[in-house]
Amino acid sequence: MRIEKRLQPSQTMVYLSPILALVLTVFAGGLLFAALGHPPLESLAIFFIEPLRDTYGWSELAVKVTPLLLCATGLTLCFKAKIWNIGAEGQFVFAALIGGAVSLQLTEVQGFWVLPVILLSGALAGMAWAGIAALLLTHFNTNEILTTIMLNYIAVNLLLWGVHGPLKDPAGFNFPESALFAEHTLLPLLSFDYRVTVALFIALFMVVVIWVLLARSLLGFQLRVLGENRNAARFAGFNSRAIIWFLLLFSGAMAGLAAISETNGPVGQLIPTLSLGYGYAAIIVVFMGRMHPLGIVLASMLLGLTYLGGEMAQIDLGLPKSITGLFQGMLLFFLLGCDLLIHYRLVLKERAFGVATT
Amino acid sequence: MSQENPTRLELIGITKAYPGCVANDAVSLKVAAGEIHALLGENGAGKSTLMKMIYGVVKPDAGQVLWNNKEIAIEGPAQARALGMGMVFQHFSLFDTLTVTENIALYLSPAEYGSVSALRQRIVEVGEEYGLAINPDREVHTLSVGEQQRVEIIRCLLQDIQLLILDEPTAVLTPAEVAQLIDMLKQLARKGCSILFISHKLHEVNALCDRATILRGGKVTGSCIPSETSAGELAKLMLGDELVLDHDLPPGNAGATRLTLCDIEVRPTSQFAIHLHNINLELKAGEILGLAGVAGNGQDELVDLINGELKPDRGTLTLDDVALADCSIVARRRRGLGTVPADRVGRGSVASMSLTENQLLTGYVNHGVRHSLVNWAAVRQRAADIIGDYGVKATGPASMAGSLSGGNLQKFIIGREIEQQPKVLICFHPTWGVDVGAANHIHKELVALRDRGTAVLVISEDLDELYLLGDRLGALCGGRLSPVRPKAEVPLEQLGEWMAGAFGNAQEEVAHAH
Repeated sequence: MRIEKRLQPSQTMVYLSPILALVLTVFAGGLLFAALGHPPLESLAIFFIEPLRDTYGWSELAVKVTPLLLCATGLTLCFKAKIWNIGAEGQFVFAALIGGAVSLQLTEVQGFWVLPVILLSGALAGMAWAGIAALLLTHFNTNEILTTIMLNYIAVNLLLWGVHGPLKDPAGFNFPESALFAEHTLLPLLSFDYRVTVALFIALFMVVVIWVLLARSLLGFQLRVLGENRNAARFAGFNSRAIIWFLLLFSGAMAGLAAISETNGPVGQLIPTLSLGYGYAAIIVVFMGRMHPLGIVLASMLLGLTYLGGEMAQIDLGLPKSITGLFQGMLLFFLLGCDLLIHYRLVLKERAFGVATT
Repeated sequence: MSQENPTRLELIGITKAYPGCVANDAVSLKVAAGEIHALLGENGAGKSTLMKMIYGVVKPDAGQVLWNNKEIAIEGPAQARALGMGMVFQHFSLFDTLTVTENIALYLSPAEYGSVSALRQRIVEVGEEYGLAINPDREVHTLSVGEQQRVEIIRCLLQDIQLLILDEPTAVLTPAEVAQLIDMLKQLARKGCSILFISHKLHEVNALCDRATILRGGKVTGSCIPSETSAGELAKLMLGDELVLDHDLPPGNAGATRLTLCDIEVRPTSQFAIHLHNINLELKAGEILGLAGVAGNGQDELVDLINGELKPDRGTLTLDDVALADCSIVARRRRGLGTVPADRVGRGSVASMSLTENQLLTGYVNHGVRHSLVNWAAVRQRAADIIGDYGVKATGPASMAGSLSGGNLQKFIIGREIEQQPKVLICFHPTWGVDVGAANHIHKELVALRDRGTAVLVISEDLDELYLLGDRLGALCGGRLSPVRPKAEVPLEQLGEWMAGAFGNAQEEVAHAH
């Protein structure tokens, strides 16, 4: 058996690869459960099917999808242009900190403008955090992968400082948490029976926005060219610097909105473990979703399910919650492996001479 | 070494084919002991492939190699080294973070150098012997490019060397370093070592080499003694057999000046860039100006300068009396400047995108975009029109650019630029690697464009093409521009001399970059 380069990249494999990766993840997950002494099929059912047994389960999925999808819309544009922003996590956390501080400030203030201001503060904070990486990239040619990852750690520590220090709830028995946000600073729920907020609509709207941007706008075309062939973009006179600034600021804003959708949604306060790794999981969402707007909607549902499944496995199987990270990691691992088959193919046996292979 | 300079290396009928091209076609050549032999040829003539076969990096499909009059088959570089060959590649294979001694130790087997301290001593000795002073303890990243080349040469000289192969060794050197290198090579040759020297710089070949073999399109087109051959003749051997001057195409009627370059200087921005000096050029409406020149003499820089990718350090560019200095690439295109780059796959198009999208790549400037939204139907329609009007063989506007042959992609790119109705069109290598039919088509389109009043600048290595198209001709050498005169006043010999840098006041400095 050997690996051989395809004459042309396989379009079929582009779409088949995420499905194959899911199948392999389920299989490997089954082996993992078995190795941990749990019946594999039942455990898999608990992880993947049990969370979606009822309407409440689906609503919880929508709660998880909201921040994932928001982060993923920004990252989709970045990755199309091959700007590897790994910093949605840091942008999310920094925006949560700033948005949280603004929310606490507005506890006593009423007005129709309160929520828009909070959303805006989150978006601007995310942009500011991403802007640092944009500045370093466009003016000092610093690798954005490294700077955005490092900024993630800085942001997490700033949040810890915030909840241990100035933003700590005075009446909170010294727990490192902020006070609960006031009712009027929270995003409106879609129904009082569920935790889904209007942020879901913002996320879906942003999906439409990037869809139009990619398919119809000159900017969408230019950023795709930038990703495919930087020399051609330069030759044609595209302003690469401006495009890079736009991409990082936009994805920062989206991560910022994602943060507000969590802090001023289901969570309702600042806590040290605010982000469950949505910024990182969104990277997997974008790759699983093949950088297509429709694809990332489906992929964000899958990744959202790994959070719910992880919680189920904690409750029913007594497994640690890191099981979520394990499944997410396996998905990415198998996806990258299967993506090899887009450009290469496996040749099982040496064929005899004269047999045409196409 | 025995008397009467015996033959050191002989190649007979060496042939090597790659899918889609024959890199070497029945190449024969002979190098005597102690001879400095130049291998001349334009880019893609097959020089590097031939060198790699001699050094065992690539195996020939057919032909014989005779080493000291014995037929041998070279299995790999290790064997070539054991026989007494050394090669200095164009791009060095050194580890930046290791010292000179460590780099050389990696290249040799421990049996060859004994101990590291002995090796260090040998490096100093060999360096002194050949005037290649180098501190063996310095890390390679602290060395200049010229010094790095010395390391490469020294590591060849440590063994008992009989043939040294250098692939365009002077491309990265300053003029002073070139002079030093030439002295060193002559000294080495006097000791009986043969030298194979790849170059496309005619004056260096004249200064250094005993014999020259000229390759064109993978075949040997001639062999001569450079000191007895004029630069014009060398250029002719390199670039075209017997020039068939074709006067089928009517001459142009030059009108008002469109593009003016005045006292332009561009300093090099990287190691491999060429310094442009004192470029003065006027391009008139309704004429085609042809610029000849061997690759790497400033053509890339000139095109980038006009397109707006490079900023001049001195001098002015004007298009229809408007200064271009502060105009971005897009602003220049809006004013009517079109450019066809030499690298059609790397810069002129995006291989993984459709022809429709590739039409938009530069066409967006004045077509198909409103309120920053793309009218894909219009863009697709124009791409389809270009495919039809310019005879592009493609299944349709949805074909990927990368799936087209070079000639068809070039027709598409030229069509894309012409459809924008430029006032000035810069064409760099318009028909390089393009089949004859496509080339004729492109030539006709360029003449038609000229007759509609566009000023066309054609930069090419193909002299047939320049004499066919050009109304006025000139040449670039070492970043300087020769005089530009009407075609009838520029015989081939004259153009050849210009290409070798022999044009009036620029002569006293060795016409060379840096």
